[in-house]
This record gives sequence, C-alpha cells and structure tokens, in this order.
Amino acid sequence: MAMDMSMLEWARAQFAMTALFHFFFVPFTLGMSFIVAFFETIYVKTGKQEWKEITQFWQLIFAINFALGLSTGIIHEFEFGTNWATYSWFVGDIFGAPLAVEGIVAFFMEATFAAISFFGWKRVSKGVHLASSWLLAIGSNLSALWILIANGFMQHPSNAFLKVDIDTSRAVMTNFWALITQPVAQVKFLHTISAGYTLASVFVLGISAFYLLRGKHVEFAKKSAAVAAAFGLVSSIFVAVIGDDHAYEVTNTQPTKIAAMEGLYVGEKGAGIVAIGIPKNLPASEVSSNDQAWVFKIEIPHLLSILGKHSFNAYVPGLKDLIDGNPQYGIWPLSKLEKIGAEARADLLAYHEAKARGDQAAMEKAKNDFYSVVWSGDGVKLTKSDLIGYGFFKGKNPDLIHPPVPPVFFSFHIMVGLGFWFIILFIWAWIAVVKGSFENSKLLQQLAVLSVPLPWIATSFGWMTAEIGRQPWTVFGLLPTAESATPIALANVQATFFMFLTAFVILGIAELKILFTVVKHGPKGAH
Amino acid sequence: MTWAPYTVDATHFYLQVYFWLIVAVLGGLFLLMTFVQGGQTLFHTAKDETEERAILNSLGRKWELTFTTLVLFGGALYAAFPLFYSVSFGGAYWVWMLILFAFVLQAVSYEYMNKPGNLIGKGAYKFFLYFNGVVGMVLIGAAVGTFFTGSNFSYDPITRVLHWGTAPDGINLRGLEAAIDFRHGAWFNLAMGVLVFAAARILGALWLINDIDNNEFPELIARLRGVIKRCFVVLLIALAIVLAGLLTMKGYAYNIHDPSGKIYMEPGKYLHNLLSFGAIPLLLLLTGLVLYVIGVLKSGFGTSTRGIWFSGLGIVLIGIVIFVIAGLFGTPFYPSYADLQSSLTIQNSSGSKYTLEVMAWVSIAVPFVLGYIIWVWYQMKKAGPITKEEIADPESHAY
Repeated sequence: MAMDMSMLEWARAQFAMTALFHFFFVPFTLGMSFIVAFFETIYVKTGKQEWKEITQFWQLIFAINFALGLSTGIIHEFEFGTNWATYSWFVGDIFGAPLAVEGIVAFFMEATFAAISFFGWKRVSKGVHLASSWLLAIGSNLSALWILIANGFMQHPSNAFLKVDIDTSRAVMTNFWALITQPVAQVKFLHTISAGYTLASVFVLGISAFYLLRGKHVEFAKKSAAVAAAFGLVSSIFVAVIGDDHAYEVTNTQPTKIAAMEGLYVGEKGAGIVAIGIPKNLPASEVSSNDQAWVFKIEIPHLLSILGKHSFNAYVPGLKDLIDGNPQYGIWPLSKLEKIGAEARADLLAYHEAKARGDQAAMEKAKNDFYSVVWSGDGVKLTKSDLIGYGFFKGKNPDLIHPPVPPVFFSFHIMVGLGFWFIILFIWAWIAVVKGSFENSKLLQQLAVLSVPLPWIATSFGWMTAEIGRQPWTVFGLLPTAESATPIALANVQATFFMFLTAFVILGIAELKILFTVVKHGPKGAH
Repeated sequence: MTWAPYTVDATHFYLQVYFWLIVAVLGGLFLLMTFVQGGQTLFHTAKDETEERAILNSLGRKWELTFTTLVLFGGALYAAFPLFYSVSFGGAYWVWMLILFAFVLQAVSYEYMNKPGNLIGKGAYKFFLYFNGVVGMVLIGAAVGTFFTGSNFSYDPITRVLHWGTAPDGINLRGLEAAIDFRHGAWFNLAMGVLVFAAARILGALWLINDIDNNEFPELIARLRGVIKRCFVVLLIALAIVLAGLLTMKGYAYNIHDPSGKIYMEPGKYLHNLLSFGAIPLLLLLTGLVLYVIGVLKSGFGTSTRGIWFSGLGIVLIGIVIFVIAGLFGTPFYPSYADLQSSLTIQNSSGSKYTLEVMAWVSIAVPFVLGYIIWVWYQMKKAGPITKEEIADPESHAY
C-alpha cells in the first residue's frame, strides 16, 4: 500500500513524543513506590512519628507524579489503534494479550491500593495501609513487566511463540508461555525497573542533599539519603549487570541494532567498543572500512565480541555485512531475505485468490510454499512466512534496512556513561552514609543535587536506543514501520500532535511547578 | 473478492461469545463507574469552598477505578477483538482522540487542582473535569450508538487495510459524522450520548449523596436531589428516543451457522435479540430500568442515601444488555453502512482460538480482582462518609 511518508513521520513523532513524555513519569513511579514502601515499613516497625512524616512527604511527591504517569499511559493504549491501526490488526492477536493482562493483574492493583495508600491513613489499620503501599509498588512494577513483554515481542518476534497465519493474513500467537518468558523481554524488564529504582534513588538523594546544603530539615534529609544511598547502590550496579545481559540479547537477536549502537559498519572478529567517538551518518552499503566511519574514536579492543558474543575473538557483523551478506559467517545478503519475503507475500495473495475461486489444490500449494522451511539449525526452523516482512523492502534502497548510526550510537553511549556515573555516585554516598560523613560532604551533596536530572536523560536515551535502534521495523524483521500506520490524512495526525504537545507542555510545567513548591516547603507543612 | 469468516469452530465460537460477555460486563461496570464523570459536572451545586472540596474528595478517591476500567475495557477489546480495535480506533479517529483527550485532562486535575503552583489555576482544572464529564460521556454514548447505527468504513479483504469514508459534505470527519449524518442514525447516536451523560450525572449526584456526610452538608445534599429530579426528565426523554429506535430500527444481522458469514439487514433485529434466549435480555433490561428508577426515587425524590446501590446495579444490567444485543445472536457489533460485508462480528474480528483460550485462563483473575476492589471499597467506606474534619486534616492527603 502506498503510504503518505510525511504522515508516517508525523505519526512516529507523535508516538515518540508521547512515549518519551510518559517515560518521564514511569521510572519514577517504579522506584518511588518502593522507596515510599521502605519508609513506611520503617515507620511501622519503629512506630516513630518522624518516619511517618518522611513517608508522607515522599508519598506526596509520588502522587503528583503518579497522576501524570497514569494520564499519559492511556494515550499509548489508544494510539496503537488510532495511529497504528494496521499494526494493531496485524499483530493484535499477540500484542493485545499482554496489554489486557496488564490491565487485569497490574492496573487495578495500582489504582485500588493507591486509594488506600493515599487516602487511607486514618481510615484503615496500619497493617492494611502498609500492605497497600507494598501492593501499589508491586502493581506498578507488574505493569512494567507486561508492557515490556509486549515490547519484547516487538524487539524479537520469535517463531517460538508466533506464526504468520495464511488464512487471516496476520501474526497469531502460538505459545503464551514462550512469549512471556522470552529472555529479551525478561532482561528488558529487569533493566527498566532497576533503572527506575536508580532514578528514584538519585532523586531522593539529590533532594535530601539540597536540604542539607541549605541546612534545612537535616534529620529528615539524613534519614532519606541513607535509604536512597542503599537502594541506589544496589540498583545502579544491577542496572549495569543486567544491561550487559541485555546487550548480549540484542547482539544475538537484532544485529542491525547492536551494529548501530556501536557504529560497526563493517563486521570484525574481536570487535571493539568505541568508548568515546563521533560516528558519521553513512549509507552502510557504501562503506568499505570502519576507518571511514569515524570523525574520531577511542576504542577498547575486543570488548564488543566479549560482551556481545561472550568470546574474545568472536565475529560481530556490521551493517554492511547485513546488507551484502557474508558467506564466511553464514550471513545471508539482504537481497536473499527480500526475495524470500516477496515470495511469501506472493503465496499469501495466491492463497486468497485460490480461496475466492474455491480452488483447493492451488490453496494447498500456496500454503505449502508459504510454510516451506528455508533454514534450520540450532533446533530452530525458519519458514518463508517468518521472513514476509522483508518482502516489503524488495526493490528499495538497501540502506533503509538499518537505523541511522549517530542517534543510536549517541543515545546508547550517553546512557551507559551516565549509568557508570550513578554507580560512582552511590558508592561514594553509601560510604559517606556508613561513615556518617554525608552530612558534612559539601562536594558530594552538590554533585548529588546536580545529578537529579541525569537519570531522566539516561532513561530517555535508553528508550531511544531501543526504539530508534529497532527501525525500520515496528516488529523486528516482521512488520515494517512504514506498513504499520493508519491510512489517514496528514492534517488529522498533525492536529492531534499539537493537541498533545500543548497539553504536555502545560501539564509538564504545572507538574514541575507544583513539585518545586512542595520541595521548597519541605516535609513539614508540605500538605 | 468476497471474504469468508474463519472456519466455524465450536470452541472458538464459544470463546468469542464468552469474551463478548466479558466486554459487556466491563461495559456495564464502566457505566456504573461513570458516576465519577457525572459528579464532575456538579461542582456548581457547591456554594462554598468546603462543599466543593467535599465533592472533589469524594470523587477523587474513585476516579482511578473508572479510568482503569476504561483502560481494561480497551485492553480486553484489543486482545479479544483486535480487528475492531484497528477499524474503530483507526477509523473513527476523532471520536476516540477526543475521548482520550478528555480523560488525559481528567487524570491530573484532582491531584493538581488545589495545589499551590499549579500554573493554570483551579478554574482550569475544574473545567477539565467538567469537560471530561460532558464531552467524554456524550462521545462514549454516541460511539456506543454506532454499534447499532453503523459506521462508514470498508477494508481490504486480505490485508484488512482500512478505508474510512467521507461524510455527505465530502469532508472526512473520521467518526464525528456519527453526530451529524442523520441519514445514518445521527439522532440515535446523539440520543445515546445524552442518555449516557444524563445517566452518569444522576449517578454522580446519587454517589455524592451517599458518600458525603448528610448532616454536615444538608444544603448541598438538597441541591443534589434537585439536580437528580431535573436531570431525570432529560434522561426519560433520551431513553424514550433510544428505546423507540432500538425497538423499531432495521438491524444488521448474519447467520452464525452460515460459513459465508454474509451480512444482511433485518427489520426489528434488536427487538428480536431482546426476545432471544427466553427473553432473558428483555427481563434483565426491565429489571435494570426498574432498579435505576427505584434508586432515583429513593435518593432523588426521597431522603435515602442508598439510591446509588439500586441505580448502580440497574445501570450495570442495562449496560450488559446493550452490549449483548449489539453483538450476540448473529449481530455484527460494529456494522458498516458503507460496505455491509465489512461489518465486524465477534466471529470475524476476534483473536485466534489459542489467544482466546489463553485469555480465558487469565480471566479467572477477574473475580479475584473484583473481590479485592470490593474489599478495599468497604475498608475505605466503613469509617463513614466524608466529613469536614477529614477534608481539613493535613494528613488525609485531601485534595
């Protein structure tokens, strides 16, 4: 189908805008809900009023953020239908299920127990209230699990849990358990929630440090910082460890993404990682050596092979290899994938034409060819139908098959760099807390305050790495982004884009202003 | 090329019916929860700050449940009937976008309205709540109306790529034509919109009468009873139009046993549906209507605070029946008047048998979820109605 390309770009921009805006609030909710539960647990255990005040102050901040997180969340659910109708039809059978499960098992838990946690301080017993705060935190994190299972499917639509059904011309689910347990989704989930814990810890540490610098609410700040430092230390280290697992999964499931993340145009044995550098935005098909591709770089040799393939000298394919193919390592040229994909599309059409005529023999023939095995190995069989997405790229510029290198490279590397800074920050803060010197360390306090916005930058870039890196696909290797959008006149998408942009700007500023006012008032008299 | 539905498979069909019933129950529960939206249109009945905050805090503890029910309603439709999600959301673009927008604005308003530094002032947030209560309700009602009157779409029989037609004036209104195209039942859609709005508003007043301390706020309660009486007249008029339409209009139909899945028009279709299955739908509808009216009489015309429980149960039953007669008994629930054969039925728009089986297992969680919602509701309610003391308490997270 001919798609209006500018409409597609606007629809993408709208989704990116709502996703990024939503993702300002989500990681905060994921982490903060637990931090509030920690504080309340200490309050219930010790029975001390000061811990109740600490709990209620951070809960107020949590609630302000929670409202906007909720309101921006529903936009996505609707947008999958309004702006991505073809996507919703083609993969709704698989994608809709985790969304519905998310609604049943997670959202109601969040919404229901949030009511007790926020309003029930005097209406229910201490124990019921504490349990509600924990259930709110668990509910929030469960919703992350299910949405990331859905996203994991988009990153790696394995035929272990789906097949393209020739009768209905769409992808259908074949194994729910395999869908929810696939490693790509699981590492994504753990990476995202621990990033959320880190983000919330940096926030609490930073605000506490702000009070200490001002000499205000000192006892409150010391206690808050101690909990944040401990939680942040564990979380920030876990983010990096699981991030490594995540990169391993990406290397082995989305070769174009990892190549773009590391600016690897031409495949290498013992491939290195460019720690710092500026890659050029080049059509990979015209690059003959990686030396052409950098303005400058500082490289750590072999690291990519070690991290991505767990082997010192392993081969990691570059973008060019993924286009031209590389018989030495069994990589098919793009043209072969496109040819098979086009054949699958032709089979699909032939099947439906035969069905309309009532020609059973022709239907059977088309179906057999559609599901004929084109590759097998490692216990996996690939049929023509699995490669149908590549058929859409036949006859098009081969460089459309990979994402642009610089935005993916920079997003990824900024995220990783900041991740390491958080580890340093929390080791430092933790030592200071244990030694009792946090209160007096001005430099550490200042750095903690300056660090408050950084985890938001890191999580946003992390998200951009994942989503831009997946391009040109909405569902990697199965459904191109260009085929996913709703056919609709451009003006509609533009109008809703600006409608949401206006709302986000106003509500975003309002949220920040309220937040600053609450922080300024501090724990006493904050309500 | 004509297009045939899935191979008829008994288990698959029962699962489709099961999920349509779940959608119907969720739809009914959502209608009950719209007392929040209805209540949001009643701020003008408060004559001072304390009364206003009583309303705000009463609704503010429940809005998330309504919101979540809507989200689950969408999620259930997505998982069980993905082709509907694609066609209706992608097609009637502006209807859903405006509904969405109305709910996005609502979600922040409770938390921000009375907070210092909220940028645009209390009045703006109050307007957002009002907007959600009026526009959101009318649009949702009208959207449900199109389940009976049909929409203007067709799609490619193989790829299901959607085509949404233009309105009579040639402009493609992407769904909003349902409110102005009188050749295709705009009067019915509008009446549905008004009906849902009026029903929600009455429920909102009934809820507030129940949830706010009647002794501390006698004047507010009296004004709320006045709203119920006036709004009840509007409701009866809209209801008469909707019922007259439902009982007389030609309906979309197909034979569930016909492998071609051919869709045709049937005079009196929805009346037939009400009388199907031993007239149980009709009995449920009448029971629902009677319960709703009892609630209105008890708390609107009488002095009871318990009207919401009667009217609430009533609206759930009415909601269930509306969805049941829209989608079961061989009825395409999302019909197309532009291309009859593109109409969506529970059979041709559903997820695969496997997915529905999996989701059927997941649905075992629903009673459990309902159970803890009721438990939490009871926990929060047993300490009594909302009082002035609670609103003034800095520890109560009052809005």
